[in-house]
Amino acid sequence: MRTTWRPGRWLIILPPLLFLLVFFLIPFAFAFKISFAETAPRVPPFTDVISFTRDHHLHLAVSLGNYRYLLTDEVYGVAYLYSLRTAFFSTLICLALGYPMAYAIARAPKSAQGLLLLVIMLPFWTSFLLRVYALEGIIRDNGFLNALLLRLGLITHPLHIMRTSVAVYLGIIYSYLPFMVLPLFATLEKLDRTLLEAAADLGSTPTRAFLDITVPLSIPGVIAGSMLVFIPAVGEFVIPSLLGGPNNLMIGRVLWDEFFGNHDWPVASAVAIAFLLLLVGPIAIYQYYNVRQLES
Amino acid sequence: MERSSSTLLNSVLFFGIAVLYLPILVLIAFSFNASPLVNVWGGFSTAWYGQLLHNRQLLEAALLSLEVAVAASSGAVVLGTLAATALVRFARFPGRLLLTGMVNAPLVMPEIITGITQLLLFVSMVQLLGWPHRGFTTIVISHVTFCTAYVTITVQARLASADRSLEEAAMDLGASPTRAFLEITLPIIAPAIISSWLLCFTLSLDDLVISSFVAGPGASTLPMVIYSKVKLGVSPDINALASLIVCVVGACIVSAGYLMARSDRRRALETQLAGR
Repeated sequence: MRTTWRPGRWLIILPPLLFLLVFFLIPFAFAFKISFAETAPRVPPFTDVISFTRDHHLHLAVSLGNYRYLLTDEVYGVAYLYSLRTAFFSTLICLALGYPMAYAIARAPKSAQGLLLLVIMLPFWTSFLLRVYALEGIIRDNGFLNALLLRLGLITHPLHIMRTSVAVYLGIIYSYLPFMVLPLFATLEKLDRTLLEAAADLGSTPTRAFLDITVPLSIPGVIAGSMLVFIPAVGEFVIPSLLGGPNNLMIGRVLWDEFFGNHDWPVASAVAIAFLLLLVGPIAIYQYYNVRQLES
Repeated sequence: MERSSSTLLNSVLFFGIAVLYLPILVLIAFSFNASPLVNVWGGFSTAWYGQLLHNRQLLEAALLSLEVAVAASSGAVVLGTLAATALVRFARFPGRLLLTGMVNAPLVMPEIITGITQLLLFVSMVQLLGWPHRGFTTIVISHVTFCTAYVTITVQARLASADRSLEEAAMDLGASPTRAFLEITLPIIAPAIISSWLLCFTLSLDDLVISSFVAGPGASTLPMVIYSKVKLGVSPDINALASLIVCVVGACIVSAGYLMARSDRRRALETQLAGR
């Protein structure tokens, strides 16, 4: 099915390519540049890194101060580590909860699968902000959960969940669970049932067959789902801001405060660039598995 | 063994689904609470919904958000369909890897990074070119960027599984490639395009973080107004507004899902008939 290359094809390729290049990729170059600037009381609020003198000589004013500041001020290191740890354990819990869910959907009758998937998809697309807000209604001191537990006599004093790490974990798990279930379902659904039957015929127990066949074959889904939860969770802003307390400083929140609170655009840029470097590994893994899955 | 394990699986599934839906259901229930206290049920009332209609700030923000969502999803549908066509139909072209990467990266990139980098681009562009001024235009451009990714993925999947022989037959009968695409392929991928428009509409309507960065001081979208109110705690009028949005968004998603499922079924039937 070889077709000859027609120049008209550029009309199809160029619009999305150029748009994403200009508005998605190139912005990183600007953030990189501005992370070497200094704040200045003007509009926009930073100094020029690259400028031309009157006799057309290139003038570079590179300041490493922002990065030095990130390394010396404890807040940033603490926030990075706290974000990584929170995202890591939330991902594990999502996996523990999401895997059986995806497996149950994959084994459900075909007629029920569509509906179950829609039921999982619906919150996936429904307003993120409003879902976090709705969760607050459940876990507040006078919220639904405490009312229920008090009524059942399981506790005598309301549990204090809001503004703690537990609230941040609950928020991330609640918000990102569908991101875990969908890719897991995609790989589990494609699983060749005859392999399991063959294993059973050869005397393997269902548990054994699950561990030896199902789990290894679902690894691409596990990785895709974990990355889809982990990467956005590390940069989460809304959840720690609405549910967390002053101690639950995640890097997204630090960046936000630096930008909107302190109006320090260069430091905010440096935080973003350092954060991005941290995420290059996970994003590369996600892309690798994603491309492989598309090709198979 | 087999039975007990599937009971266990199904209970985890239903527990998970209950966890996903309970907060939303409680929220909707309390939006009809007559009492202004958020933890006391004071009888059924729709007063909070009525109050929303008199809140000018909310109405203006809602209008801006709707305009942005329509513009952004329409733009994203065009760019995403082009990108999907390029990736599925042209096996090799310069920049293919770059395009694949740029289509997938926005899906996982933390919004806070996309937001700040795009703002810095816009600010620098204004310095160099005098355009675009922060507000409607910049919000739309940012939303088109991440929405394009979702459109591309959805349309790409549909296009890859589409039967090319019909298009080839049309070209054998003398149709130009453009005409064959417009008359044969476009109707086949139309459900994917329409449903991704609906999904982009909901994503754009919902975006808080990126909009906050690129909107500039003059413009506030609905999520930005909601966020500043929510920061102050749970309140009954926000419950009403949230319930309304959740219902609109839910309707969009269900129709998108329905469209995709219906076209899947029809295609399965056609393949079955063709096979006989």
